[in-house]
Amino acid sequence: MEKFEKWTGLVAPIDHSNVDTDAIIPKQFLRSIHRTGFGPNLFDEWRYLDHGAPGKDNSKRPLNPKFVLNNKRYQGASILLARENFGCGSSREHAVWALEEYGFRVIISPSFADIFYNNCFKNGVLALVLDAQTIDGLFKDIAATPGYSLTVDLAAQTVTTPGGASFTFKVDEFRKHCLLNGLDDIGLTLQHAADIMAYEKRRRTEAPWLFPA
Amino acid sequence: MAGKTLYDKIWDAHVVRSEAGGTTLLYIDRHLVHEVTSAQAFDGLRLAGRSPWRVDAALAVADHNVPTTDRSQGIDDPVSRAQVEALDKNCAEFGIIEFDMADVRQGIVHVIGPEQGATLPGMTVVCGDSHTSTHGAFGALAFGIGTSEVEHVLATQCLIQKKANNMLIDVDGETPMGITAKDIVLAIIGKIGTAGGTGCTLEFGGQAIRALSMEGRMTVCNMSIEAGARAGLIGVDQTTVEYVRGRPFAPKGKLWEQAIAAWQDLRSDADAKFDRVVHIDAATIKPQVTWGTSPQMVAPIDGRIPDPGAEADPIKREWMERALKYMDLPPGTGITEIKLDKVFIGSCTNGRIEDLRAAADVVRGRKVAANIKLAMVVPGSGLVKRQAEDEGLDQVFKKAGFEWREPGCSMCLGMNADQLGPGERCASTSNRNFEGRQGKGGRTHLVSPAMAAAAAIAGHFVDVREWH
Ligand code: SF4
Repeated sequence: MEKFEKWTGLVAPIDHSNVDTDAIIPKQFLRSIHRTGFGPNLFDEWRYLDHGAPGKDNSKRPLNPKFVLNNKRYQGASILLARENFGCGSSREHAVWALEEYGFRVIISPSFADIFYNNCFKNGVLALVLDAQTIDGLFKDIAATPGYSLTVDLAAQTVTTPGGASFTFKVDEFRKHCLLNGLDDIGLTLQHAADIMAYEKRRRTEAPWLFPA
Repeated sequence: MAGKTLYDKIWDAHVVRSEAGGTTLLYIDRHLVHEVTSAQAFDGLRLAGRSPWRVDAALAVADHNVPTTDRSQGIDDPVSRAQVEALDKNCAEFGIIEFDMADVRQGIVHVIGPEQGATLPGMTVVCGDSHTSTHGAFGALAFGIGTSEVEHVLATQCLIQKKANNMLIDVDGETPMGITAKDIVLAIIGKIGTAGGTGCTLEFGGQAIRALSMEGRMTVCNMSIEAGARAGLIGVDQTTVEYVRGRPFAPKGKLWEQAIAAWQDLRSDADAKFDRVVHIDAATIKPQVTWGTSPQMVAPIDGRIPDPGAEADPIKREWMERALKYMDLPPGTGITEIKLDKVFIGSCTNGRIEDLRAAADVVRGRKVAANIKLAMVVPGSGLVKRQAEDEGLDQVFKKAGFEWREPGCSMCLGMNADQLGPGERCASTSNRNFEGRQGKGGRTHLVSPAMAAAAAIAGHFVDVREWH
């Protein structure tokens, strides 16, 4: 996993609440057995006017001029701003893979769905919660200021605006540690293999029906 | 000291180690695997040169991509076929039990786990699928995970978790005639919202929940995720034990006796403390129909499409306006005035034998309306299909003009050929009515099996209570 320390980037606003994972990456793309290749189909049904399918050449497809990510001024955005309950619905990690491959390293919302939130941290994407009022203000500032960017400092847990205003955010210590150092969860857990074996040994006597073999 | 909730009990029994700050290594008893979210996890294992920690805890099945028509020729679509073949290959390589497409036990992962007795009370159950919450009906802590976590469970038999809050949904009183588990859970989501349970493990309790069969309880727990909660639980009682008894993966003989004795404790203590409690009076619940693009956008059958103009909160108003535009429904429309193009009965929410019986009861001796282009029944598993055929339900459906299909996820998400066309309107017994869920531009209304069946016959939504 890529480390996340400090990030400055252009912000793209998706002014909707309850953006679900079906919208982030539609199901037909989930048939891939790879971890990459999802970026061009991020928000496929909103982004293009025709119907997308795996294998289709996305560069030839008609873009929806009304969709915010197709707006010239948000090209190259790496921070996404959204309204509440972002990422609700299915557990598909493909949603995070698509966002990450498109170029988003930070997603800011007043609230995230639990599984999506978790999936972000497994992929070096910072899902960052600010209160709804602050976010409302950011939407207005972005609309008024072309080229609006934010700086996110994970160690300090701050988001800083171009005007110098700064907001702090909360993040779980363990998640922060893993993200700052780009740590592999599985490697960490396997350091505790002896604990897992001790648990299994005890559990085999307490609840033997769970270990039929 | 206050007593423990059911969630507290299962959690405590599965803690391998915990760190300061509450980060916990939680042991996983059952890992269900399907084709869509596992290929990259197996690749990850191979890449790191790791092997599965405990293969006998895993059970795999292909369900999302499989065709529901004739399977003897395999899967037409090369992309879907490659994904199902990858699952076959991975299971063979690592020694994981898999029910392949030709196996009568194949079906939707959340139908077959309980059907096989692979889901047991008190277990932790995970799967790379958000509707893993279904298995909570057995008093098991069951939740969906992403692909990175699928790999983590394969490699370590554990997950790194933080404990959620405890939330009790108390559905008290007696459920009126004609009201099903689906109506109960839609009414709950309508009340607390799609983010109402975020950060919580739900427990469903109360007289109306106790009165449900296991099929009904699975329907309720299935949609916990639609209320924002990763997991939903129901305490163990005699109904649970009787359902599990004798199933292929369930314990036998002395182990069974030992297990059922231990399961007696799998309910919240009377003095357990919940962080949040929501009360719902079952007697007030009517048949529910969703009208928007979120399960919380739901109304009773005698209701009308609400007016976004009356919503004070601008963000909610924008959301409602967008939903109604997508659904092409003007505010004020009566729910019974909504005409349909397609009807889908199936999914992990409502694809079990009891669901098919309820739908067949409505359909028996009637005909699908002329304006319905397609009405289909997709059993949740091969065994559900066989049982239904033994009871003659397939004949009831076919005579009425329904298509009778092979088991799988089918039009619940339309990853296979079963999809809505743009603008088509569908009464569906599934769990999600998001934009494009059943096909780009398709419009989904979530209902119970009986309501879907009645809508197929009438061509529009009707109050199924009047048909009893
Ligand atoms: S039936 Fe639908 S909700 Fe259930 S597992 Fe399949 S796709 Fe997911």
